[in-house]
Amino acid sequence: MTEGQVIARINFWGMHGALDTLVHAFTYVILPLCAIILLVRFFRHIRLWWKVGRPDRRWDRLGTRVGRLIQYGVVQTKVLRQRYPGVMHVLIAWSFFVFFLGTVIATIDADVPIVFGMESDNVVLIGDTYLLYKFVLDMFTLLFLVGVGLAAFRRYVQKPERLTLSSPFTYMLAMITLIVITGLLTESTRLAAIAREPELQPGWHPGLAWSTPIGWLVAQIWLGAGMGVPAIEAFHSVLWIVHACLVGIFFLTLPVSKLVHMLTSPLNTFFSKLDRPVGQLAPALVQEGGAAGAGKLSDLTWKQLMDGDACTECGRCQDACPAHYAKTPLSPKELMISIREGLHGKNGFSKTGADAPEFVGQGVADPVLWSCTTCGSCVAECPVLIEHVDSIVDMRRYLLYKQRADAELMTVLGSFRRYGNSFGQSDRKRAVWTKDIVPKVKDIRKEPADTLWFVGDYASYSQTLIEPTQMTARVFRRAGIDFGILYDGERNAGNDVRRIGEEGLFEMLAMKNKQVLEKCEFKEIVTTDPHTLNTLKNEYFAKGNGKPAPMIRHYSEVLDDALRSGKLKVSRKLGYAVTYHDPCYLGRYNGIYEPARRVLEAIGCRIVEMPRNRSSGFCCGAGGGRIWMNEEVVKQRPSEDRIREALALGSAECFVVACPKDLTMYRDAVKTIGAENKLRVKDLIELVDEATAEAETAAPAVETAAAGSTLDKEADA
Amino acid sequence: MAQDVWVNIETLRGEVTETSYTMLAAGKAIAKGLGGSLRAVLLGNNVKGLAGKLGAADSVTVVDHPALADFNPEAHLLALADLAKKGAPRAFLFGQTASGTDLACGLAAKLGFPVASPCRTFKVEGGEILFEAVTCGGKIIAEGKLPGPTGVAIVMPGGYKPEEAMQGGSPKVDEASPESDLGAARTRFRAYIEPDTSDVDISKVPILVSVGRGIGQKENIEAAKELAAALGGEVSSSRPIVDQGWLPTSRLVGKSGKAVKPKLYLALGISGSPEHMEGLPGWETLVAINTDQKAPIYDVATYGAAVDVLELVPKLTEKVRATKS
Amino acid sequence: MNIAVPIKFVPDLVEEMEIDSSTGKLDRTFMRLVPNELDEHALEQALILKERHGGTVAVITLDTGDVDEALFTAVAKGADRAIKIAGEGYAEGVTSHAYADLLAEALKNGSYDLILAGTQAVDDLDGSVGALLAAKLGIPYVGYTVKVVAEGGKVVATKEYPGGLLAEIEVNPPAVIGIQAAEKPPRYVVTSLVMDAMKKAKIDEAEGAAAGLEGAAEITGMRPPEAGKGAEMIDGDANAVAEKLVGILKEKGIL
Repeated sequence: MTEGQVIARINFWGMHGALDTLVHAFTYVILPLCAIILLVRFFRHIRLWWKVGRPDRRWDRLGTRVGRLIQYGVVQTKVLRQRYPGVMHVLIAWSFFVFFLGTVIATIDADVPIVFGMESDNVVLIGDTYLLYKFVLDMFTLLFLVGVGLAAFRRYVQKPERLTLSSPFTYMLAMITLIVITGLLTESTRLAAIAREPELQPGWHPGLAWSTPIGWLVAQIWLGAGMGVPAIEAFHSVLWIVHACLVGIFFLTLPVSKLVHMLTSPLNTFFSKLDRPVGQLAPALVQEGGAAGAGKLSDLTWKQLMDGDACTECGRCQDACPAHYAKTPLSPKELMISIREGLHGKNGFSKTGADAPEFVGQGVADPVLWSCTTCGSCVAECPVLIEHVDSIVDMRRYLLYKQRADAELMTVLGSFRRYGNSFGQSDRKRAVWTKDIVPKVKDIRKEPADTLWFVGDYASYSQTLIEPTQMTARVFRRAGIDFGILYDGERNAGNDVRRIGEEGLFEMLAMKNKQVLEKCEFKEIVTTDPHTLNTLKNEYFAKGNGKPAPMIRHYSEVLDDALRSGKLKVSRKLGYAVTYHDPCYLGRYNGIYEPARRVLEAIGCRIVEMPRNRSSGFCCGAGGGRIWMNEEVVKQRPSEDRIREALALGSAECFVVACPKDLTMYRDAVKTIGAENKLRVKDLIELVDEATAEAETAAPAVETAAAGSTLDKEADA
Repeated sequence: MAQDVWVNIETLRGEVTETSYTMLAAGKAIAKGLGGSLRAVLLGNNVKGLAGKLGAADSVTVVDHPALADFNPEAHLLALADLAKKGAPRAFLFGQTASGTDLACGLAAKLGFPVASPCRTFKVEGGEILFEAVTCGGKIIAEGKLPGPTGVAIVMPGGYKPEEAMQGGSPKVDEASPESDLGAARTRFRAYIEPDTSDVDISKVPILVSVGRGIGQKENIEAAKELAAALGGEVSSSRPIVDQGWLPTSRLVGKSGKAVKPKLYLALGISGSPEHMEGLPGWETLVAINTDQKAPIYDVATYGAAVDVLELVPKLTEKVRATKS
Repeated sequence: MNIAVPIKFVPDLVEEMEIDSSTGKLDRTFMRLVPNELDEHALEQALILKERHGGTVAVITLDTGDVDEALFTAVAKGADRAIKIAGEGYAEGVTSHAYADLLAEALKNGSYDLILAGTQAVDDLDGSVGALLAAKLGIPYVGYTVKVVAEGGKVVATKEYPGGLLAEIEVNPPAVIGIQAAEKPPRYVVTSLVMDAMKKAKIDEAEGAAAGLEGAAEITGMRPPEAGKGAEMIDGDANAVAEKLVGILKEKGIL
């Protein structure tokens, strides 16, 4: 009996003679060789990224990048956004990290003494530390197996549509499971042997069985079968070797199997974009002779190519994508796979130079790219931080340059170019909606005001929006807001023009708007249109010209402030049960979710949330220029699905929107479904107007201009 | 001679066109005012028999030649130029059509005659020929004087009723031969391409739901079709819709399409430009739906409403169906 | 095949037409001039022919003020040459005859096989420019065409008659063809290409004579069409209008 002896890890336990040599060979020669082969193969696989792709500065701010790697690659917060697959994956992944760490510790523990000629055989895995170490590994073995169980159930029983159910994934799952199981079995045989003959592991006694509960449980198989120690030891050796072989095969096949995501995905999080806000697109690639956009794979950046390889085909983007729901040819997941297959496939798309074949059209079809609404759900959902929208827009830039777009879309672009709006109406008619408003709405080009209200196309020209726009003016006045508009100096802000891919037109519109804005005096810009908000906030003043960018807010934020400060008084609490639809460009793109909700509560409404709310809000389908495109590809409308989601709540009377395109799309959807009696689609301003109506009698004269009254100024003008 | 009015008679496949009668009616009024005579000029091949239809004129000059069998701008111009130079009428009327305008301008430029176009009505005052022309998509009426010694006027429909000139008769018929060699023309008529008659003939449909640019997108035409079906009629359209390929040419109402005289014409998002209105020589009830309150169509429509077409159509369909059931 | 496309700048019908009370003519002070829609079709057809058969396309216009962008856009679409004729009185508007004279002068030595022009323009008061131009150049004209193809050395134009009837007319170039519609709607070219053309292309400038009034009738005045008579307007929102319309249709015996 070896009492009093402290237990410690025995390196290569149970290996004697020739076996000892063999396991040493495995550990110090064969497996390292396999690892080197892994790295070489991996390098050759990813070399195409920078060989084919354009440069992109992504090595800045290393600290933040490492932080991202830890948050998304190790802790995997985005994977955990969804419960079942999230828990399933972290059980597997974290266990793997733990096993990896465990192997590293064991290696240090065993080899450092040899290298430094120490007396003790172990550095750290002694006594209670060793026991804790084994316990943790054992627990994670259990967690891992639970994770695998969840994965197997999901992949082979539930079979959700968004997964790619093909054999390479089975290979990956089977491989890692076998590795862990053989590891567990190996340990269990050791435990069985030392249970029979404790001197095989000095310091061990049955009381320590608790430290490896799972292993101990499995060991009962060998003990129960009545196997003798030599037989158990033989089993142990075989299992060890099998385990080592599996690890070797794991290394060798990693670069060419789905296992490669273990390397590419973390890399993708490390290199994810830091330099610009989500709402800002990258500048366009313009080549000699005016050729624009990405037509070949070599026109994409190396990071965009990496996106294709980092995709794990989890399909979350596809599930969230309104274009996919609509049964258009677009699935963000399939798009990423197309890029990957184009790069590594045999069609020559990875060529560089003038004779490289066109990828857009051949490797990915035109309608795939045009179906996107740029809602950003794919980007928000992707666990490995793929930036689908940027790539789609780059390719659209190419399509437009080649004139491969709907005739309807091109007509609207012509209207933007000539009239600065999508309605084909004269720019001089932009302020016709103000005709009957008394006193006249301030012309901010001629006199200063606190707030520059950038009205937007839809609010100015669309028949559906005239009333809400006039209401907005009325409510602003009620709240004592000193505001003015640009009248016919305003042009479409260009957010959607840019996302359609007409970069030059966007720049032209932005330039015209900026020229007019420069001459005005105001403290902040306010808009009712989230698309306008996005581009003004994130793209207009990005380059900076020394001057600080103006504050740009959405009217929900303004109303929120006005209600909280008491400037806008609620005269009647509405008491409606409402559900609020988060606009894509306000919520997901700019993180503004709560102001509208506070407003609704302040006016006495009870909010019932739809399942897909805040950053999971489901797009109405109008963005990215889709509202102007041919609807042939749309087989079922996302807007109708969203209305059904609201109807399913049962208690909601009102569907509240805060975006002009949403108002247009959802009023239409409610009509098509025939639910006008069950759900009323209301703009936020309509409810606020209703709730603050009588307060009008107490409102003071509103134009708090610096000197004189507005009436004097009108006489001068 | 100096106060005569000539009219270029257009024929298409052996028939005198309706425009020709409009011109005869106009010409008659001008000739009366001037105190001169009205001469019809008829070019074609084996067309002498048609002279009997031109009773509104005082006389008819027939130029009969194989090269003139079908409209050939160059050959017709060659044949007409010599005649016009010799005859030097005070006014020469042509139709604002595919066979009239080519000829009118060519003749005028060749012989140095001034042109006024497109004239809707004429008046003679103090020996001067005054006209009213419709221009700028129907938004402006221009008033002017047709100069002499020979003035060419291109006539658009709408100012005169063709029926007024359709009486038969036996005007004096003169025959003339072309002086120039028509065979030397570098232009040659080849063939007609028949229209596709497989679709409905909208000129025979009493209820038409017609869509124009204001319909927005192609998909919205479905709603118009449903309304047409509910009313028991058919869909028709103005030119931009057909140019985009959203409806076949058989559905086109207008100058180059069909002329219709329906009981009910529902004009959705149609501005009412002259080219379109040419296709509506008559109607019982015309309802115009257009958010542009200044659209020319409101000048002639029976009823109008400046509401959004896309909002109105589904509601109207619903109510029509409810009424019928 | 070498093609010339004259572009006429006309008032934009999207805007309100104002009459200047002092002159009795169109008030052009704030008027926006845009390329005549049918001339854009003519350009499109010319580019299609160039793509099929090779050759060059030249666009030509009078300098009425703001014409450069349209010319550069034509170049960006594929035109090889842009010509601007400057002269007295153009900005106030020229008659079709004067325009045809100026074009004839500028184009007569250009050895063009075809001149494609829109078959009419919205503000024509004295005939179609293309037809007048052809006569002045002494070459044939075929107007109201919806298709133009080149066959051997000849050109076949498809003329459009009412009721959907079409006629194929063959002509030996050089000739002027009046375009009613191109085979495809006029193409859209991205702004970056237009900007590129603005940087790289040059517009040829020519001198033109002062624009006269010869050939046109004397316009004594302009006025908007009669208001007063006209539609009986139905008020209310879409729902109310639908309701009232059903009532009207019932009255008329249609429902």
